[in-house]
Amino acid sequence: MSILFKGRTQGASDTRIGIVQMITAFYISHARQALGSLGELWRQPAASIMTVAVLGLSITLPSTLYILVKNTEKISAGWDQASEISLFLKEDTPPASAQQLVARLNTWPEIDSVTFIPADDALKEFQHLSGLGDAIAYLESNPLPDVVLISPNEKHASPTAARMLLEKLKSQREVDIGKLDIEWLERLYALLDIARELVSLIGILLFVSVVLIIGNTIRLNILSKREEILVMKLVGATDAFIHRPFLYTGFWYGLLGGLIAWLAVIIILWWMDSSIQAFASMYQKEFNITGLSGTALLTMLGLSILLGLLGSLMSVQRHVRGIEPQ
Amino acid sequence: MIKFDQVSKTYPGGQLALSKVSFHIEPGEMAFLTGHSGAGKSTLLKLISIMERPSVGKVLINGHDLNQIKRRQIAFIRRDIGMIFQSPHLLDSKTVFDNVALPLIIEGYTRKETSKRVAAALEMVGLRDKARSLPMMLSGGEAQRVGIARAVVNKPPLLLADEPTGNLDPKLSMEIIRLFEDFNQAGVSVFVATHDLGLIARMKYRTLTLRNGQMITDGLNDAAGEGW
Repeated sequence: MSILFKGRTQGASDTRIGIVQMITAFYISHARQALGSLGELWRQPAASIMTVAVLGLSITLPSTLYILVKNTEKISAGWDQASEISLFLKEDTPPASAQQLVARLNTWPEIDSVTFIPADDALKEFQHLSGLGDAIAYLESNPLPDVVLISPNEKHASPTAARMLLEKLKSQREVDIGKLDIEWLERLYALLDIARELVSLIGILLFVSVVLIIGNTIRLNILSKREEILVMKLVGATDAFIHRPFLYTGFWYGLLGGLIAWLAVIIILWWMDSSIQAFASMYQKEFNITGLSGTALLTMLGLSILLGLLGSLMSVQRHVRGIEPQ
Repeated sequence: MIKFDQVSKTYPGGQLALSKVSFHIEPGEMAFLTGHSGAGKSTLLKLISIMERPSVGKVLINGHDLNQIKRRQIAFIRRDIGMIFQSPHLLDSKTVFDNVALPLIIEGYTRKETSKRVAAALEMVGLRDKARSLPMMLSGGEAQRVGIARAVVNKPPLLLADEPTGNLDPKLSMEIIRLFEDFNQAGVSVFVATHDLGLIARMKYRTLTLRNGQMITDGLNDAAGEGW
């Protein structure tokens, strides 16, 4: 409706069409502008490909790192339950009381299994594994203590429960030192935490730079269409109408950039697969890298589109306003 | 239709472009605005299309105070005003048809309605057969008429023209003025700024004359011209 002239209708309402047709016309106009923006990109392939590639590759790096970290977390989650407690007995513990301890521990409800390794066996194993061989034989006495290995049952295998069990075991009078062998796992977790933070940091930096790059590209687009924007403003185009093609350009940049990122991640993971397999086999693990699922793809595309839109939104807000007919 | 009430305009930097200008143009009237270059004609038209805002005073269109119009409403005001300039500001990459259709596309007309109205507007300015041409292929007079078709395609109640014949020879200029008369006959208020006194002298229309930002005459054109 006209503001100045009561009764004068403007736009689609003038043509006596139904609400359904009006809504259809709205979507048709959107689709037309969206396709128009895609056509613009197509007409300047070199510039478009460069912008899209910058966007795609900037998303590739954090995505790949993220998938690797996620997968490492997934494997280590499987190891979490396998914690084992080693109890080193006091040196002067007679074999009889050691046996008593083993028998006693076997009755504890928290414990799944108990293995006793006498000092002599431990020495033999050490001799065999260390490669020191005969040098060990020159030792006057066995420096190793008796060891009891304890596997907690499933309920008590989590790090906190296992630690509580450890405290309880340490209070047994035959026990000298108790050790929970999930420390390395905790170290791995700490490392993963750092890795995850690095991924976020790299991601944020790259995303910000992508938004700035897209913003600048759209700014140049806007400036090159100065004349057209002026004419549109003169004949009564709203800011939203003028913004729309540029926002669609941002959208297409995002979508195409996301697809490039997806392709790049597939290639990189395929490339790294053999070395990952070699690494995993050292831990006797069957390991297939995951992360290229549908959700991951959608997340990447969504993120990429969001960045494209954000960049173009920033630019149109700033620069279209400045172009006013004089 | 257009009412100026003690309007002054000072540009940043202190240049006084209009000083206490008052006049009233009735609905359905056709009037001319003349004066030397720099007398304030363009400024006066810009105040009507809200390209500039008055420093003092009120500009009213159809009783609505333009000072009350917010920035985001300006686009809708411009849909009620057909504007024509010395150069037609056509988009070179688009055909004549698409250039004329632009205001309708912006307002969201259907494709069918758009074709119908663009055809009618081009018919009125006598360029129906040029619909598929690009602006580069047109002569100066034809390009100006395309600009006019674009200004009237959505049937605005008010038509503003700033030196519409500035680039044209007398014969073409007269054709353009005849076009404006046709629109005026159809009930459109027409307000034309021009320094081409010879053109106005041949017609009996109300003429407002500006000198150094002040309105010095307002009346039929035989009274005009004496002031300079």
